[in-house]
Amino acid sequence: MVEATGVADIRELDEVIIRFAGDSGDGMQLTGDRFTNASALFGNDLSTLPEYPAEIRAPAGTLAGVSAFQVHIANHDITTPGDAPDVLVAMNPAALRSDLHTLVPGGTLIVNKDTFDERNLAKAGYDHNPLDGDDLAGYSVIQVAMTSITKDACKDLGVKPRDADRSKNFFALGLLSWMYSRPVEPTLDWIDAKFAGKDLIIGANKAAFNAGHAYGETTELGAQRVIVNPAQLPPGTYTNINGNTALSWGLVAASQLSGLPLYLGSYPITPATDILHELSKHKAFGVTTFQAEDEIAAVGAAIGASYGGSLAVTTTSGPGLALKGEAMGLAVSLELPLVVVDIQRGGPSTGLPTKTEAADLMMAMYGRHGESPMPIVAARTPSDCFDTAIEAARIALTYNTPVLLLSDGYLANGSEPWRLPDVADLPSIDVEHATEFNQTNEDGDGVFWPYLRDENLVRPIALPGTPDLMHRIGGLEKEDGSGNVSYDPDNHELMVHLRDRRIASIPVPDVEVEGDGDADLLVVGWGSTWGAITGAVRRIRTSGRKVASIHLTHLYPLPANLGDVLRSYERVLVPELNLGQLVRILRAEYLVDAEPLSKMRGQPFTAGEIQHAIGERLVALEGGRS
Amino acid sequence: MTDVLDPGTEMDLGPVPETTRADWSSDQEVRWCPGCGDYSILTAMQLLMPELGVRREKTVFISGIGCAARFPYYMNTYGVHTIHGRAPAVATGLAMARPDLDVWVIGGDGDLLSIGGNHLIHALRRNINLNILLFNNQIYGLTKGQFSPTSQKGKVTKSSPVGLVSRPFNPISVALGAEATFVARTHDLDRRHMQEMFRRAYEHEGSSFVEVLQNCNIFNDGVFATITKKDVREDMLIDLQHGKPILFGSEKQFGVARRPEGVVIVEVAAVGIEDILVHDETIRNPSTAFSLSRLAKTPTTPTPVGVFRAIDSGEFSTSVAAQIREVQAQVGKGDLATLLRSQPTWEV
Repeated sequence: MVEATGVADIRELDEVIIRFAGDSGDGMQLTGDRFTNASALFGNDLSTLPEYPAEIRAPAGTLAGVSAFQVHIANHDITTPGDAPDVLVAMNPAALRSDLHTLVPGGTLIVNKDTFDERNLAKAGYDHNPLDGDDLAGYSVIQVAMTSITKDACKDLGVKPRDADRSKNFFALGLLSWMYSRPVEPTLDWIDAKFAGKDLIIGANKAAFNAGHAYGETTELGAQRVIVNPAQLPPGTYTNINGNTALSWGLVAASQLSGLPLYLGSYPITPATDILHELSKHKAFGVTTFQAEDEIAAVGAAIGASYGGSLAVTTTSGPGLALKGEAMGLAVSLELPLVVVDIQRGGPSTGLPTKTEAADLMMAMYGRHGESPMPIVAARTPSDCFDTAIEAARIALTYNTPVLLLSDGYLANGSEPWRLPDVADLPSIDVEHATEFNQTNEDGDGVFWPYLRDENLVRPIALPGTPDLMHRIGGLEKEDGSGNVSYDPDNHELMVHLRDRRIASIPVPDVEVEGDGDADLLVVGWGSTWGAITGAVRRIRTSGRKVASIHLTHLYPLPANLGDVLRSYERVLVPELNLGQLVRILRAEYLVDAEPLSKMRGQPFTAGEIQHAIGERLVALEGGRS
Repeated sequence: MTDVLDPGTEMDLGPVPETTRADWSSDQEVRWCPGCGDYSILTAMQLLMPELGVRREKTVFISGIGCAARFPYYMNTYGVHTIHGRAPAVATGLAMARPDLDVWVIGGDGDLLSIGGNHLIHALRRNINLNILLFNNQIYGLTKGQFSPTSQKGKVTKSSPVGLVSRPFNPISVALGAEATFVARTHDLDRRHMQEMFRRAYEHEGSSFVEVLQNCNIFNDGVFATITKKDVREDMLIDLQHGKPILFGSEKQFGVARRPEGVVIVEVAAVGIEDILVHDETIRNPSTAFSLSRLAKTPTTPTPVGVFRAIDSGEFSTSVAAQIREVQAQVGKGDLATLLRSQPTWEV
């Protein structure tokens, strides 16, 4: 734990939500990330929401170029990046114009007034300067000349004014660090490490950061100073983790737990690419990464590596998943272990590459031709991506099947404190390969039948290199048992049923009901809606009303008790970042009158939105009874 | 935690056993059309394997979709019949995961040059240790007779009833354009030549590409007859021999000479033997080999067969594995608990 600096006259708050917004070139993601890390090391619980445009550098100063980072810090357990920011840092007019609507009424607005010149105002679509007049009357506005103060602070360092201008995000970070009593050492240490060897940049960034910090101390901002104390979290060692890193580490862990080398076939696609980056770093773990020529080659190579005995993974986002469909069908037919990771984003087509959505569930369930079932698991929080990756690999290797792992852009880039597991407690994954004949032919000779199933309907896998067990497999229909090509109608029907049953009968843990078991309303979630649903349910229950929730990690097969749970509530509400995909599955499978709650804005649900939807239904339920 | 092992290195298999063709033939009934050129290619391969002194269990045939792609079912080795065009991709993953295996890729002209063209050129570009055999019959056979990316302009097929308007790929030119490190051509009527090319492909470190001119006697019968039939071969096939002047014809009266516009066919008597190009398959610049590949635009004029190019270059999967070994030698094998603590941590 790092001590915060300064103690006098600091208001204590339970939580605060801060949104940094600026031009793509202003370094807002870095600023938010640093603020987050300082808060993590200080001991807050936190949750983040990075939001950035698909363009690397949209025209400077325009609305299209606005990049934002929202962070929610608290002295207690929280589950979302917050409904609406209490503080908005707007580095230019475009950021103000695009993000002001997110700020709570009466919230604090900190602007870099140096950027509010005619040119930038025009680019943002303002015909006047909103800092003059009554536009911002409902907010507590702090205007700071961030650019000029930063340039002044860097003047004596020999930094060119243009380069000094680039450090103004550190001024903002310094100011916010002072206002929220963040420890300064982690940021200063990080600057030293990040820019090692570039003394001018280190000097400029530190000067800007210190100037921002000092600005808070020496101006009239004293009344603004608050502290959010460390959260009371379960004891342990914590790190701040985002979903893609956690997922990558989960895959490395699964490799260690199974003893199989990890092979990743991938093609760059937002927001999945960071997994390729992360795993490419881990050659010490024997991880092989292959940046293929396209999405299809990426999954094809993974299938080849799986056939060779690796723990094989392919990572992508929606458009790439569509391209992989045929190869996934091949893996279904070959009955080879494979983990297919889909970091969902807004669609259809290129859609919203950098924004979140969870509309690939139907494609995951049914997006292959023929009867082609695959187990599906979905992560619920950034850190849960670690456990879910291990679970996906466990199912794939235990039942010799491709498995879909669904995450989304929000989990991928969002972060939260993660209590590190004890490596010794992770579940081992037992893998056995065939080394002996399993059948006798009519001449009495031993033979190997690749489709002779065990009691779980799992076929044996003999790796190439295994003496005597040479055999051929392929995408053509296979005879039950021998695996020879067969066009026999009875056999095909049998094989369709066997493939269906073997996946449908994979054991899945029962769902556990959170909240009030005797409530009238059940909220059902999957994937990243967990945070918002959990936050909403807590608020409803805190207000004295009853509500229950369940969350599905396993989307196929579904938990055995799910039907009974669904049927024991009068109303079932299913919030999803799509038009209602899980809800259709639930209605079809269980004949329950489950109701969708949709959002397709490229952003996760807020707890408030779900709280509101629950509240409306509780009122209706009560009204129906009176 | 379990030690992560390289699955190819666990077993001590002892000396390579003597085998015969029967050992390399699977128990599956061969289902190509009677008279198909694929039969002779299969025979050449089954006869070659015992001579190579390799293990059946260490040999894998990977194919896509098409008539040629049924090949793995008939070899008593490991094999995967994958999906259309993707055999080079699947084989790439296998070869990266298992450098101990001999991986062969079998495909037709539609499989490897149309739907799988991207995978083919990238496999060749990377120079991964695959032996890629392209059975070129200039037609889609399994879908019953549409033009393929190697069909000649003007070709009348079911999908080009008044003649094909596009020009074909020359597979050798495509492979050389991707700077493949081993490029050869052979044909289905000369078993010994096929075996020699397959052997050279096997021995080459890196991607080996062999175009096999193959007759489809149902949908494109005789398309190569004007160059591959026994009685015309001397005049119509230009046998490339490393280190020797490129000569052909019953009296070796024709040869290939270099001219500013590329290589051309000349009469030896007219230019003198010293003007004839001496074939060198080891030239790193692929331009001369490419020029040789352009000698015959259609399979009706003298066509080079043999090895166009065979150069040593870094093999892909070996280099990938070497990077892993180097990192492990520098920092040791990864430790999961350390990885989880590799970002800033705090205690509660």
